[in-house]
Amino acid sequence: MLPGLGYFLLFHYGALAGNVIAFKDYVPFDGIWGSPWVGLGNFQRMFQDAEFWDAVLNTLWIAVLQIVFYFPVPLALALLLHTLTWTTVRRFVQSVAYLPHFISWVIVVALFQQVLGDTGLVNGYLGDAALSTVDIIGNPDAFRPLTVAQVIWKDAGWGTIIFLAALSQVDEQQYEAAAIDGAGPWRRFWHVTLPAIRPVIVLLLIMRLGDILSVGFEQMLLQRDAVGPEAAEIIDTFVYYQGMVGGDYGFAAAAGLFKGVIGALLVYAANKVAHRLGEQGVYK
Amino acid sequence: MSAQTRPAWMEKPRPLTQAAKAVALVAVVLLVCVPFLVILSTSLASPKEVVDNGGWVLWPTEPTLKAYRDILDGGIVTHALGVSAGVTVVGTLFSLFCTVTLAYALSRPGVFGGRPVLILVLFTFLFPPGMIPSFLLVKELGLLDSYGSLIFPVLINVFNLVVLRGFFQSIPDELYEAARLDGAGDWRVLWSVVLPLSKAALAVVGLFYAVAYWNSWFYASLYLESDHWPLQQVLRTYVVAGSGLTDTATSEGAVNAPQTVQMAVLVIATVPILLIYPFLQKYFTKGVLTGAIKS
Repeated sequence: MLPGLGYFLLFHYGALAGNVIAFKDYVPFDGIWGSPWVGLGNFQRMFQDAEFWDAVLNTLWIAVLQIVFYFPVPLALALLLHTLTWTTVRRFVQSVAYLPHFISWVIVVALFQQVLGDTGLVNGYLGDAALSTVDIIGNPDAFRPLTVAQVIWKDAGWGTIIFLAALSQVDEQQYEAAAIDGAGPWRRFWHVTLPAIRPVIVLLLIMRLGDILSVGFEQMLLQRDAVGPEAAEIIDTFVYYQGMVGGDYGFAAAAGLFKGVIGALLVYAANKVAHRLGEQGVYK
Repeated sequence: MSAQTRPAWMEKPRPLTQAAKAVALVAVVLLVCVPFLVILSTSLASPKEVVDNGGWVLWPTEPTLKAYRDILDGGIVTHALGVSAGVTVVGTLFSLFCTVTLAYALSRPGVFGGRPVLILVLFTFLFPPGMIPSFLLVKELGLLDSYGSLIFPVLINVFNLVVLRGFFQSIPDELYEAARLDGAGDWRVLWSVVLPLSKAALAVVGLFYAVAYWNSWFYASLYLESDHWPLQQVLRTYVVAGSGLTDTATSEGAVNAPQTVQMAVLVIATVPILLIYPFLQKYFTKGVLTGAIKS
């Protein structure tokens, strides 16, 4: 127990305490304790910073797109897999679909560049067919749909696991009874399948809403250079560029702390809502 | 071909439904597999063929391993491969040890301080410390530019901890009591009773850790000088960001078409995952769900 506990105390609570620099004008030479206090100065600057609000807005935009366009995909895929009675095919498709979850974002981004980039696969075909090529990678207008497509490619298969588990717990006899009562496949889907997995859907949706300030830091950071900050800057990359690149540690820590506090409150609230609705939530 | 078992009450699906499903499934499989195939083919093609084809090849006419020979001949990529492999192996072992011992302690009722520690741990999940303070901590600890900076700050993943704890709790109490009566101490119980029964969970958690270490690049870009970079960060710099790879990646310099070499690096960064994946895949559903459902 001790090594693990030590880890949490040092690297989580130790680092958490480091957030005091959000209230300081951190000078590396003076260290954390030697730097002068500035009270809420960093936060004041942050709230007046247009770039910060752009990052917040981008974060929310991408999160909303993900909820609308990504969220239903694993569910649809799980429902499709669930209707397969041929188990060999089902297992094979599942294995293939889970796989991209284990590929790093670096590779995913590189793959997308190869397929959709200027000289990539799709444009190669379009060029051969003497059609006009499409500019997708590095195009700020296309960036948001692109990131959603990437998330779908990477994690939609993995996301089916929890839905499939919920589906597997539906009582076979209910289907049988419904079928004997004359319910066709659609009616069975509507009256048996959907009610059975509704709790899981509601729960995941609430949790996603609670986590709305976190949208793929690595994914955005990898592509920010190619697309430019106006489309790709999210709160996490804002913190990174202000602090690690710009050296403005206190200011960046303030932005990070802002996100941490709001994020924790949202997750907490989301969990409360889940409990209200009679669901288990992620914790009690 | 009779792996197909349809319950007696279920009517035979209409051909149109069947066809629609088949199309959807084939599309899913192709969307995942084709990009990998293109990368693999391009890495095996001759540079000339790649240029003739406009940057990519679907099926190489004269496959050659030249790109692989070049990057594995003692350049940056060779070194990065060693770093990644080392960090993955050492990190996974450290992480498993710390996660297992903590999860075991937290899974037993009546351990002194168990409840507060559990809350302490779960709180970090709700409130991560943030990038800047973490960086300053690593710096103050003198871990900058050491491989330890890739391992210690991410030693335990709370999700993995919860999965293991759930698994340990699902082991019947009678087994613990029997071992106790035979005079086994905590270490003995853990080693001879709990761990052999938790192979599925250990396999999944081990895979998650190994994949995380293998795939990590961001910490390396924060904490390490470029001559200590692991493979993913090299890949990011030279393939995603598009800096020239040819001068430094291969020991003999700019003799290769960059595209085939870049694709070869991509393949090398992916292959270890493809190799361990089939062995562990069968444990996924079981391992993930024990933790996810009863946290």
